[in-house]
Amino acid sequence: MSKTSRTSITMPTTAKKGSIIEIRAIAQHDMESGFRYTESGKLIPRDIIRTFTCTYNNVEVFKADFYSGIGANPLIIFTTVAVESGTLEFTWLGDGGYEAVNQTHITVS
Amino acid sequence: MKKETQYQRRNWLKQAQGFGLLALAFCVNPLSAFAKKADADEAIQKITGGADVKEGKVTLTIPPLVENGNLVVLKVSVDSPMTANDYVKTIHIIAEGNPLPNIFTVYLTPRSGTANITTRVRLADSQTVWAIAQMSNGSFWKASAETLVTLSACTELV
Repeated sequence: MSKTSRTSITMPTTAKKGSIIEIRAIAQHDMESGFRYTESGKLIPRDIIRTFTCTYNNVEVFKADFYSGIGANPLIIFTTVAVESGTLEFTWLGDGGYEAVNQTHITVS
Repeated sequence: MKKETQYQRRNWLKQAQGFGLLALAFCVNPLSAFAKKADADEAIQKITGGADVKEGKVTLTIPPLVENGNLVVLKVSVDSPMTANDYVKTIHIIAEGNPLPNIFTVYLTPRSGTANITTRVRLADSQTVWAIAQMSNGSFWKASAETLVTLSACTELV
């Protein structure tokens, strides 16, 4: 049983070779911290996204580990160097078999 | 004789009052905060493995006054050329006042171009947040930012 949700990537689709591009990646997720209680005093189990990875033509260029301290609908903004045309693949993995994948193409001139 | 007992009783009252104050101090105040600080130190210790952490190079930006601790924009950047033999390997964010001090860790490569990360975090309390960066040569650098949180994250009921 795999869970997934909506994700969105904002980044330029074209870039000059060697230039630095900014990537904004957001996933729809509650990021339940595991420190909250219901009104009846029951602890709500943790349910968060654990890791986020970005691969550029199958080479890993960025990775992040998330903990409970990340807010709901985690947004992460980072940069990478546009080296060649190709595909950037973004993967979110989380508790309870959560998995979301998003791809973006970039044309580098 | 009567005077004696009265004196003793007064003495006892004084002592009880003292204990009361002491107990109150334990409940309300810094003990829990100190415990959290120790947790944060332990988390930092785990990252660095006891290595020396120098101040500088890292810039951590969070708003000094936060209305709602559930979504706080946190920006961290490290001054580095990001070349193949001089780049930032990892950045860790540690919050002293959160139930779990670790907030996130990012792993960078020379292909990152710059070491600028922006994300949104939760803060449980008014506190100091630390950013620790490890360079490719193994050295550690840190920066901190203090913030005042009006409405805390994590404590609300569902």
